[in-house]
Amino acid sequence: MNISLDGVVKAFGGQRVLDSVNWQACFEHTLALVGPSGGGKSTLMRLLAGLDTPDEGRVLIDGLELPRDENALRAYRCGTGIVFQSFNLFPHLSALENIILPLVHVHGVERVRAREIASSHLERFRLEGQGHKQPALLSGGQRQRVAIARALAHNPKILLLDEPTSALDPEMTSEVLDLIGELRDAGQWIILVTHEMGFARHTADLVAFVDKGGILESAPASEFFASPVKVETRRFLEKILKY
Amino acid sequence: MPNPVDFMAPGFSSISRDFPGFLLDRPSKPASPLAKGLAIIFLVAGYSLFCWLAFSKSIENWESVYEFRITFWNGWINTIGISAAALGLSLLIGIITALARRSPFLPLRYSAAAYVETVRGLPLVVLVLFGFYGVANAVGWQDRLGVGITILSLFSGAYIAEMIRAGIESVSRSQWDSARAIGLGSFQTYRFVIFPQVTRQILPPLAGQFSSIIKDSSLLYIIGIPELTFAANQVNSATYSTFESFVPLGICYLALTLPVSLWTKWIERRMRYET
Repeated sequence: MNISLDGVVKAFGGQRVLDSVNWQACFEHTLALVGPSGGGKSTLMRLLAGLDTPDEGRVLIDGLELPRDENALRAYRCGTGIVFQSFNLFPHLSALENIILPLVHVHGVERVRAREIASSHLERFRLEGQGHKQPALLSGGQRQRVAIARALAHNPKILLLDEPTSALDPEMTSEVLDLIGELRDAGQWIILVTHEMGFARHTADLVAFVDKGGILESAPASEFFASPVKVETRRFLEKILKY
Repeated sequence: MPNPVDFMAPGFSSISRDFPGFLLDRPSKPASPLAKGLAIIFLVAGYSLFCWLAFSKSIENWESVYEFRITFWNGWINTIGISAAALGLSLLIGIITALARRSPFLPLRYSAAAYVETVRGLPLVVLVLFGFYGVANAVGWQDRLGVGITILSLFSGAYIAEMIRAGIESVSRSQWDSARAIGLGSFQTYRFVIFPQVTRQILPPLAGQFSSIIKDSSLLYIIGIPELTFAANQVNSATYSTFESFVPLGICYLALTLPVSLWTKWIERRMRYET
């Protein structure tokens, strides 16, 4: 999979969160974005997800430029699956209905078939018997697994995960990370923002360090953690791996 | 057993109890059913005796008022009809206004804001008088009932618009993001994600607003719409029996508003368990 950023600028209220980013990356399955909070990871993620458009510059995925028009962008989003940190699910719908809704109303799947797909995804993620529950009755880890099931139910090309475990306790974190690891092994393309360095090292093919409005460094996972080049990267890793 | 006072700071016992303890203290445990029952019986008997002693001399003309029961009945039916129509219409106005207040098209947004602020800043009587004798007269609209329902709906619609707007704004940012992320369009987002959550949130205040509409419809009597208050007033003029006319009036309103109020409490309790 190829990603290239071509002079990408994104500013909020005069602050350039992404400042003329030029970057080319090629990786097999999984890209992990790491870096300090406020460094621009999530902003970059939102651009890659087609939720925002850059103020300047272009984002290309596999050679195709992401459109700026909301309708065309929406069509692009239909080919992706996105999971945020928390509150992904619609609280008024059961787990099953959460998965069925986009299948029926976005992808035009027939309701009966959509229900089958939703059930099989819940089963695959070991959530059988939880489908009728509303999100409030599920644990945090179960909620994130349902969210991932929803993001994958229409077989998207890319799965984008924006800090999917940051709101979870350690036990639930490993429950969700296990699942993401399985997806990667099954060949799913994944881009993920994470603070779980151990997980990034094991699972990602490529790790990119995002800070100070740009991508300071990117390298294959083993190389990135073994011998970081930039001072900022080294400092960040020292700090985060201290305890 | 050590005395609990032994554990208190020296001098604590000298602090006097807050004066109106029966008013300010919270109950430490729920009252027993027996206490509740006795309190209710005692109070009903007490208040009834008071009313009897105070008013029995002035209430003796039930027969002549009873002859006007059809007038009361028609007024009551009109009040129900007006309230129901105004609720439907004001809900529609409220939804459109709430959406307009979030519109990126500035003239629409400002118009909606001006409407809401103006109407909420005026007493209903002023709106009724101005709307009927001013606007409706000027454009030659003579149908009192239609004008009355429209004015009441415009009044209530401004409040409902604010409820809906607050409801929409209380749906978290991530819900909008999630809706966009799964590929829903704007209309679909409102229909499948936002409005279902807003509805659950605003049902209790909306039920309260329905109760307000029922009560506020009484003001339409000043433009001669034969609703309940107008009917009671008519009976009073015809029979010179003030109490006998206005006691049924109050009971008729309570017969409408109390069930709505109980229903509201029921919804609130159900919502609490669900979320």
